[in-house]
Amino acid sequence: MRDELLTARGIDKSFYGVKVLDGVDFTLHGAEIHALLGENGAGKSTLVKILTGAYRRDAGHMALVGAEVEPRSVAEAQALGIGTVYQEVNLLDNLTVAENLYLGRQPRRMGLVDHRRMRRDAAALLARYGIAADPDETLSHYSVAVRQIIAIARAVDLSGKVLFLDEPTASLDAREVQALFTVLKQLRDQGLGIVIITHFLDQVYQIADRVTVLRNGRMVGSRAIAELPRRDLVALMLGRDLAEATAHRAAGDAPLAAPDTPAAFQFTDYGKRGSIAPFDLAIRPGEVVGIAGLLGSGRTETARLMFGIDRPDSGSAMVDGLPVALTSPEAAIAQGFGMCPEERKTDGIVGDLSLRQNIVLALQARRGWACPVPRREADAIAARYIKALDIRPPDPDRPIKFLSGGNQQKAILARWLATDPRLLILDEPTRGIDIGAHAEIIALIQQLRADGMALVVISSEIEELVAYATRVIVLSDRHHIRELTGDQISAQSIVAAMALPGDLPAEGAA
Amino acid sequence: MIRARNLPFVATVVIFFAAYALCAAQFPNMLSWRVAGNLLTDNAFLGIAAVGMTFVILSGGIDLSVGSVIAFTSVLVAVLIRAGVHPALAFGLALVLSTGFGALMGLTIHALKMPAFVVTLAGMFLARGAAFLISTDSVPIGHPFLRTLKGLFISLPDKGKLSFLAMLMLAAFAIGVVLAHRTRFGANVYALGGSPQSAELMGVPIRRTTVQLYAFSGFMAGLAGLAYTLYTSAGYSLATVGVELDAIAAVVVGGTLLTGGSGLVLGTLFGVLIQGLIQTYIVFDGTLSSWWTKIVVGILLFSFIVLQRLILLVSERRGAARSARG
Repeated sequence: MRDELLTARGIDKSFYGVKVLDGVDFTLHGAEIHALLGENGAGKSTLVKILTGAYRRDAGHMALVGAEVEPRSVAEAQALGIGTVYQEVNLLDNLTVAENLYLGRQPRRMGLVDHRRMRRDAAALLARYGIAADPDETLSHYSVAVRQIIAIARAVDLSGKVLFLDEPTASLDAREVQALFTVLKQLRDQGLGIVIITHFLDQVYQIADRVTVLRNGRMVGSRAIAELPRRDLVALMLGRDLAEATAHRAAGDAPLAAPDTPAAFQFTDYGKRGSIAPFDLAIRPGEVVGIAGLLGSGRTETARLMFGIDRPDSGSAMVDGLPVALTSPEAAIAQGFGMCPEERKTDGIVGDLSLRQNIVLALQARRGWACPVPRREADAIAARYIKALDIRPPDPDRPIKFLSGGNQQKAILARWLATDPRLLILDEPTRGIDIGAHAEIIALIQQLRADGMALVVISSEIEELVAYATRVIVLSDRHHIRELTGDQISAQSIVAAMALPGDLPAEGAA
Repeated sequence: MIRARNLPFVATVVIFFAAYALCAAQFPNMLSWRVAGNLLTDNAFLGIAAVGMTFVILSGGIDLSVGSVIAFTSVLVAVLIRAGVHPALAFGLALVLSTGFGALMGLTIHALKMPAFVVTLAGMFLARGAAFLISTDSVPIGHPFLRTLKGLFISLPDKGKLSFLAMLMLAAFAIGVVLAHRTRFGANVYALGGSPQSAELMGVPIRRTTVQLYAFSGFMAGLAGLAYTLYTSAGYSLATVGVELDAIAAVVVGGTLLTGGSGLVLGTLFGVLIQGLIQTYIVFDGTLSSWWTKIVVGILLFSFIVLQRLILLVSERRGAARSARG
């Protein structure tokens, strides 16, 4: 057996009494690229933060080349030989390349920084990574891809045993990804242990030697990539056995509108470079379009583009057969769109405002600041939706931050329902809410559909999509790869489609 | 090729020499060693204070206490000398006090996570108040030691003089240049101005750097106070109101980004000289109101902010084009 480089045994970590990691084991060998996978909230980043010294573990052991270690800070981990490159490359754009590489450890001569030697060292170091960056040029002069390699060069030069990479390819295009992988393979062949966190399964199969999957704070599998077919990997990540996943379609009836009714909302060749590849999507009234895909597959990006938060750089949008420019959420709202974002804490609720104020917010925005919603009307709207959605406690004056997650979610739904939208986009409407509220929100989605509203629902709960979607679009690696309709919709078919590689032209993945 | 980050500096130097040429075309007498020497002497205290301000602004901070600290040191030194203390001792004490005062502000900014603006605003009132407490009158001083210092100069051609004050300012700039570009402390200051979060993750000692930074600015303000005392041969608590703003203007006109992280110490020297040049021109002209200095500095400041914004936009656009191609 090859030597174990970094081992962790029985790592526990809790935040505010909630267990985030539960007895996690992790083993990294030397000369290995190890992918750490898991859906949102699986505990990947917490584990990485513990292993790189940013967090302290509650229990468990950690050893580097057989010796027990307990790094108390990132700097301490670095000194031990464990380097990290974070998702947002943590370098200084305003300094030169050489200064970034040697900040804090500049070579000195007679007490003064020896620029000539620093430049020479930097050029030599970068040459080993195959990039010809001018050490004297400001870092901001270079692309994200080059900066990433510079960050890796710094981390490896500082640490030299273990390298953690958090989502290193998130903002790179296909060619840059290949250049990065060449560097990583070279480092692996020099004996470095590399841990890479990514959501792109294609890339996992391309580069990783071994995969460890976390789910709900537990380690659910660690295998050599060669022994793990893609389908099994996805099943492991989602936590379901494909065989036992049974389809249960409660409301899989045909859409209320006849299939040949013209689509009210039509997106053609709609896309944005580096975010989501161009897609076609037509939505009719009385239809629930489910969007499925692993984290990072482009689900939220699709929603952001449709709602005008991001601007498309290709394609066109039509509402009722007329072209429209969805250049801002304001423009989208004017077209009758509504959207409940995924991060309701940061993007949705205004914590200090009352429940009533939160509910009438979108309506107010739509009317403009010159026409305040009269208090009586606001009272009536708030009362209506508090009753209709059973928001508890039914006190419109209570600041919304004191409500539970499920009730906050209902309040945001109420906010958009109050504007009487024609197309409602819901991003993870049932995340982080309890079972009871869960069922109520699903019932509400079905109710809205029956009333003739068009809905687009993004969810990682596959059963949920099966229950209410009239159509399911499956995303993978930022492409809309599959559309399932009618009887095709089952948990099994969705998972199978998600496991398909997004094998598409390289430049399309930019 | 000129790197984009040095473009504002080059612009400042070009503007200075072009403006000097224009002045000299109108008043040929301005093109003399005497005028050049006086330009340095008359702006010495502002230049010294601006060296400290450059570091603070490079780090993304601001120091509003500078003018008050200058007044405080000048009054303190004048009163001490009148009381019979030897000037050298008084100077030393003033520098220790002003440096300690700066360090304390730096510590407060770091420990309380307060904006430098607020902390140094408090420092501005404190130092000004303390100056009034010592004396509200203008305190004239005369001492053989001071006369000796003022008598030190290097002769320039055609009756010009490089006075002690001018040399002091040039020395302050030389120290500033070495500190900014040749020491780890300097690199840390730039790092702080780029992004404090990234700097911290890269191991920059934030606390130590912040304290050193404001201590340095305090020291330079104190030294500027001494230069001012020598220059006017008096200490007056109402003097140098708003000099911190002149210093900030000199730093920005000198090509330093007001948001921090980019700029050259040497640029500030030219920023100071441009302000001095305008004043000299007004004196030569004789009919213009001295407020024209403020108007021209205002216009220059505004154009520099626009220039820096444009450079940023262009380099971002270029960066985007590069990554799209790459």
